Amino acid sequence: MAQELVLVVIKMIVVFAVALLIVAYLTYFERKIIGHMQLRLGPMRVGPHGLLQPIADGLKLFVKEDIVPHDSDRWTFYFAPILNLVCALVLLAVIPFSYNFMVTRLNIGVLYVLSLASVGTIALLLAGWSSGSKYPILGGLRSAAQIFSYEIFLGFSIMGVLMISGSLDLVKIVEAQSKVWNIVYQPVAFVVYVIAALGELNRVPFDLPEAENELVAGFHTEYSGFKFAYFFLAEYANMIVVSCMAVILFLGGWKGPVLPGIVWFLIKMCAFFYFFIWVRATFPRYRYDQFMRIGWKIMLPIALANIVVTGVVMMLV
Amino acid sequence: MMEKGLMDKGSVEGQVTEDLMRDTLKTREMWLNMGPQHPSTHGVLRLILALEGERIVDTEIVIGYLHRGMEKLAEAKTYPQFLPYTDRLDYISSHAMNFGYVLAVEKLMGIEVPERAQYIRVMMAELTRISSHLIWLATHALDIGAMTVFLYCFREREMILDLFEMACGARLTTSYFRIGGVAHDLPDGFIEQAREFCKIFPKKAQDYDDLILKNRIWLSRTVNVAKISGEEGLNLGLTGPNIRGSGVYWDIRKDEPYSNYDKLDWEIAVEHGCDVYARYLVRLKEMRESCKIVSQCLDILEKLDGPVMAKVPKVIKPPEGEVYASVEAPKGELGFYIVSDGSPKPYRLKIRAPSFANLISVPTMVRGHMVADVIAVIGSIDVVLGEVDR
Amino acid sequence: MAGEKEKKVSKEEVKEERKPKAPAAEEAAKKKAAAPKDEAPQEPQVDVDTLPLVKRVKEVKGEFIEDVKYFRGEITFVVEKEVIVDLCHFLKDDSETRFDFLTEVIGTHYPEREKPFEVVYHLYSTSKKHRVRIKVQLAEDEEVESVFPVWRSATWYEREVYDMLGIRFANHPDLKRILLPDDWEGHPLRKDYPLQGPPGYREAWIKAHCASTNKL
Repeated sequence: MAQELVLVVIKMIVVFAVALLIVAYLTYFERKIIGHMQLRLGPMRVGPHGLLQPIADGLKLFVKEDIVPHDSDRWTFYFAPILNLVCALVLLAVIPFSYNFMVTRLNIGVLYVLSLASVGTIALLLAGWSSGSKYPILGGLRSAAQIFSYEIFLGFSIMGVLMISGSLDLVKIVEAQSKVWNIVYQPVAFVVYVIAALGELNRVPFDLPEAENELVAGFHTEYSGFKFAYFFLAEYANMIVVSCMAVILFLGGWKGPVLPGIVWFLIKMCAFFYFFIWVRATFPRYRYDQFMRIGWKIMLPIALANIVVTGVVMMLV
Repeated sequence: MMEKGLMDKGSVEGQVTEDLMRDTLKTREMWLNMGPQHPSTHGVLRLILALEGERIVDTEIVIGYLHRGMEKLAEAKTYPQFLPYTDRLDYISSHAMNFGYVLAVEKLMGIEVPERAQYIRVMMAELTRISSHLIWLATHALDIGAMTVFLYCFREREMILDLFEMACGARLTTSYFRIGGVAHDLPDGFIEQAREFCKIFPKKAQDYDDLILKNRIWLSRTVNVAKISGEEGLNLGLTGPNIRGSGVYWDIRKDEPYSNYDKLDWEIAVEHGCDVYARYLVRLKEMRESCKIVSQCLDILEKLDGPVMAKVPKVIKPPEGEVYASVEAPKGELGFYIVSDGSPKPYRLKIRAPSFANLISVPTMVRGHMVADVIAVIGSIDVVLGEVDR
Repeated sequence: MAGEKEKKVSKEEVKEERKPKAPAAEEAAKKKAAAPKDEAPQEPQVDVDTLPLVKRVKEVKGEFIEDVKYFRGEITFVVEKEVIVDLCHFLKDDSETRFDFLTEVIGTHYPEREKPFEVVYHLYSTSKKHRVRIKVQLAEDEEVESVFPVWRSATWYEREVYDMLGIRFANHPDLKRILLPDDWEGHPLRKDYPLQGPPGYREAWIKAHCASTNKL
């Protein structure tokens, strides 16, 4: 019993540490990749080829002055970014990186992930409201509205996969893909999932609430220093979680020839990262009303239709 | 929600107070200030937006943050001394500003500029047009979110700025033109390098098209946004690519040709969409046409010899009288009105700046749109505050 | 290079021309006195009434026109201030003139004249491709009516004229300063306004806004 506990604790620490490291270096690779796509080099100065850049950024945010606005609700102001980051990192507890490497195995893994992602949205609302000024409130409301709109059809796109796999357990879902990956059976759901992921992560082309040229600077206007770093880390941690889920649900998790499972998992995850970064470098951004229209009027019907078609095909086959 | 501290005593505030007093049950409009410092207003431009929900009901534009008193200064400087000031008007397309000024003074004095100088001027003006449109495209795309186009455009602009540096030593504020011609002839190697640019540019310009011309997101942000008809545009003072995007066939280079534009083979760029996308297409086409003009000028300049400066008296004392001369600057019609009293300094010099007039139509264009569109509109009008405020 | 040699020759020529001053200068002065002042050596003599635009305007609104001038290919009408809006409506709507574009409204200050202020309107026709200039002369404190009903762009041009010269426009929807701050006193483009700004203003501003006492 004690041995199991120690093992779980070790796994937790490993996953936590690796996740934070990946988050930090994800920011670095984003800057590098976007830079190269834009005919420039990206960070080059801090360390060889700028490899120590994330550490420098973290240190900078750490030593900044802690500013709390006068009109803010102090405790909520401190609590909101922590909640956001916690919700993002806790999701990693159920992700199976390999057939025997996961922190814990829940038989309702998918439900767990979807629910905690929604709790993260509450954190944004709290952050916006507790700042005590006009623009963060509006920005927070906007971001929250955007995220839960896209979460709805994120959930629906996963339904098709659940119907095929017959279980909410993430390990069983991957096992069900031992012959054919789910992307072959659910291409439409895959596309809808990817778009929902972009919307939920507040990334281009759906990043208007965060855009610099938007007047409303978003829910994290009043945050500076390490509290801002929490939001920043949470955004990239969410990106990791979303990519992991995509790999598990659609791309066969750790399945692959020759290399060990976890290596395949990481490769597929990095493919997703590259895709998200590539999209950021390429596309303009949608206006707020346009992407809400896309979410509700286009994506949601498609996701629902996908469920119906999957059901019908499953009955016939 | 109304922040009185931000408002000047202006009509918009007065109107809202009246509304308030009349009908307290009506929902109040919200004021949003896009202050002078803002990443997207292309300079120190202040917009006060009256919003009802997300839609803009009215706009007030406040300018003057960059006013340097150029017209008053002109009355204290001699004609050649004022030339570098014109660079600082639209600092992005300084050759075109110089062009307008020297044409006005030459018209006043009745000077005829030698052929070689005229073709050099045309070539420089068109290279400036390409450079200015590249910056426009870069910033416009960046505002709407496509950040990669920004860097691609600057890559080509570097080549043009290198050419300028070769010819006159300066990249941005060039002062290459003189009253009566250009300062000095083109250096060796200029024509080869310029030809290199003309060969590369159409292919590289294809990069910008690949990224955004048919992109769904770009189209949904720019098509049917900020429509203004040709007639309304003319009434409100729009000139240049803005009015040509609304179907008006007006280009000063074609209608009142100066400096041998009528001897060159090129087409005017007109679109009928009247929206942001149409203006975008017009400027894209203009860049390609300018490239054509530059190649033709290079061909001519290779064979044409001659002086690059007319016989101009050392002290420029125009006869008494007044003239108005205008050129097609990248942003619209740039005009200079000079009143001379026979002395070496102008008695009155008025600069008709295209961006100043183009801003007049922004409130009309933006009415009924959302806040995110304001940035697209200002980008599509292509304002440079240097010439708005002078 | 060929161009530079040519330029050197022209400089020398110019110097030579200026050397024999005394006898030639007297003759030149006599010539200048004889010829009208606003004509350069190459300016051809043109009878303004033969120009089609002048003919048309005089035909229909002849009573408005006080004077017609022609210089360097540009036609200038000098009119009384009362008729300006009428004339502009005519010029915009008439099928032969069709001035659908107001290029600029300019103000100038001639302090030595009886009517020291002058408001100049530049018009352009996009269909007929011709230009015209209309001038209105005003005394101190006289107002001229705004041409805003004819071309809406007049609002900003007239605001600038008011800002820089202090000429007021009647029936202007929103006459206030445009380039200078709203609380500025004085009108800079008047000839009696110093180039450096009002005396003492700069020092007062520095004292009020700058922390250090160093003179800039």
